[in-house]
Amino acid sequence: MTVLDKPADPVGPDGPAEDAHTAEHAERAKPGARRATPLLLTAGLVAALLVLVPVAAGLGAYPIPTGDVLSSVTHRLGLGGAALDRVAESVLWNVRFPRIVLALLVGASLGCAGALMQGVFANPLAEPGVIGVSSGAAVGAVASISLGLTFLGNWTVSVLAFLAGLATVLLVYAMSRSGGRTEVVTLILTGIAVNAFAGALIGLFIFFADTAAVNQITFWQLGSLAQSTWPKVLAVLPCAAVGLAVAPLYARKLDLLSLGERPARHLGVDVERLRLVLVLVIALLTAAAVSVSGIIGFVGLVVPHLLRMAAGPGHRFLIPGSALGGAVVLLAADLATRTLAEPAELPLGVLTALIGSPFFFWLLRRTRRKQGGWA
Amino acid sequence: MKSLRLRGRTATPPPAAAPGEVLAEAEGLHVRLGSREVLRGVDVVARAGEVLALVGPNGAGKSTLLSALAADLPATAGTVRVHGRPADGWSAPDLALRRAVLPQSASLAFPFTVEEVVRMGRAPWAHRPGAGDEDDRAVAEAMAATEVTAFGARPFSALSGGERARVALARVLAQRAPLLLLDEPTAALDLRHQELVLRVCRERARAGDAVVVVLHDLGLAAAYAHRVAVLHAGRIAAEGPPEGVFTDGLLSEVYRQPVEVFPHPRTGEVLITPRRD
Repeated sequence: MTVLDKPADPVGPDGPAEDAHTAEHAERAKPGARRATPLLLTAGLVAALLVLVPVAAGLGAYPIPTGDVLSSVTHRLGLGGAALDRVAESVLWNVRFPRIVLALLVGASLGCAGALMQGVFANPLAEPGVIGVSSGAAVGAVASISLGLTFLGNWTVSVLAFLAGLATVLLVYAMSRSGGRTEVVTLILTGIAVNAFAGALIGLFIFFADTAAVNQITFWQLGSLAQSTWPKVLAVLPCAAVGLAVAPLYARKLDLLSLGERPARHLGVDVERLRLVLVLVIALLTAAAVSVSGIIGFVGLVVPHLLRMAAGPGHRFLIPGSALGGAVVLLAADLATRTLAEPAELPLGVLTALIGSPFFFWLLRRTRRKQGGWA
Repeated sequence: MKSLRLRGRTATPPPAAAPGEVLAEAEGLHVRLGSREVLRGVDVVARAGEVLALVGPNGAGKSTLLSALAADLPATAGTVRVHGRPADGWSAPDLALRRAVLPQSASLAFPFTVEEVVRMGRAPWAHRPGAGDEDDRAVAEAMAATEVTAFGARPFSALSGGERARVALARVLAQRAPLLLLDEPTAALDLRHQELVLRVCRERARAGDAVVVVLHDLGLAAAYAHRVAVLHAGRIAAEGPPEGVFTDGLLSEVYRQPVEVFPHPRTGEVLITPRRD
């Protein structure tokens, strides 16, 4: 929100700071109120999940009443309930649930990666999609589909997406930093360059691919969870789980990093190591998401941003909160894609971009206004 | 588990320093930034119980010297010792318990509140038994000392430049490190708060800390520092108590501007003004 990339303060030394957000912060002027917000938000998001999951499992081309969904789940858990007929049971457990679990995993990964990335770059506009890391990871995935690489079995796409994603994060990081900070302009321009290059590579791979692979790639590029299976869930799970488990451990240090690199070091943070670990985690999470679902943008931008506005910028809530919020948002979005235009299915990435881009635009305008210009 | 704990060894706070003990020193220090040699053989000592002011014209190397003492910049030649050990021999968490640094400009990427920012100063002390109460006390004291308590719940981004500077100082004080390195703490402040900040420096020195402060206002340096070091083109031009160091000749030469030093008619305190006749 406050992007102070320039060491020079746009505010004069003593005039009252012209701050567009004063009103927005006024409502949580009381520290007590602010401490309660994360709890309320967490409770709200968990409740949303508990409602969304059975609803999403029931809705679709083959409707299953929510009561039946719960009954089947409790039956499988051995807590009473009853199995449904064969078709319903199959739709529920082989089609709907893998898709729901994938939506949750991908959403949590994207939300968490966004929060981490904004923290590491100390810049609220950083997001895997915006700065090109998603398309970087996509290059790895597309390459493996196009060239028919299967040397690591089920894992090939994930591993290649991870390696390409990692290379891209490192590249963007190195290119957009100067003097210990990343400027918004440099970051966005680097993103444009990286996205363009990744797009060219993807085009090249499509050119060399056979028809079946081209279809697979095109479909996958739009971002979708339509072909979810349990093996896909298993392919993503390790990356996502490791990333989501490690990320909250660095919350305090990310708070300190918002003071700048040197002040963080003065407070005992080994900044180089912190960055290295977190860049790895970001690549892991992004690769996990991209390798199964294609490019789904803006979740990592919008979710942490809204949570920061509601509960303050402390990363101890923001990181797990963004994972939870990302899961809710993506599950809801996926539900929308497959029910809004029934029987057709909208591409998920298209939907998130349709909603996310205007938000990004608004964010850019606001950041610009606060800084009084880019240059 | 055991190996994990060994690797994540918690840093140990230093024992209380005896008055006059050397907490930071530079010996024959040379520092090169890019192709420019900014420091060219500097010897300086910061002792517990003393306020040392670094003064000198723009570009003389004051901030660079402070950064070198803070272990931010490596020495090209010579040594920097913090608490008796070469600066690069400490880990970041160990250093954080030994020295606190106020940077020249305070910035913040996300809109934390003032109290949250000050509390960040307690980070080096996290995970210690009884840390909670001690943290609260240190934060409250630091905020009171810098007069920022009144806007503790406001976001840092909504403050004026001078208020931000005081909040940054409060964060540094809350760290409770025995060596304080302050880069122009008074630059954005009004008259009252300039005096306040330097009184805080004196108080910390009386409590046994070593305070090194970069100042542009020679009058403030003369009034509050136990010793001053005048930097000129990467070297120490003079060093000692302000009464001895601040002379017409030296200051006029170093600042390339005729300067007059005279006693205050009532208190006898050293006053410094440029000659404008």
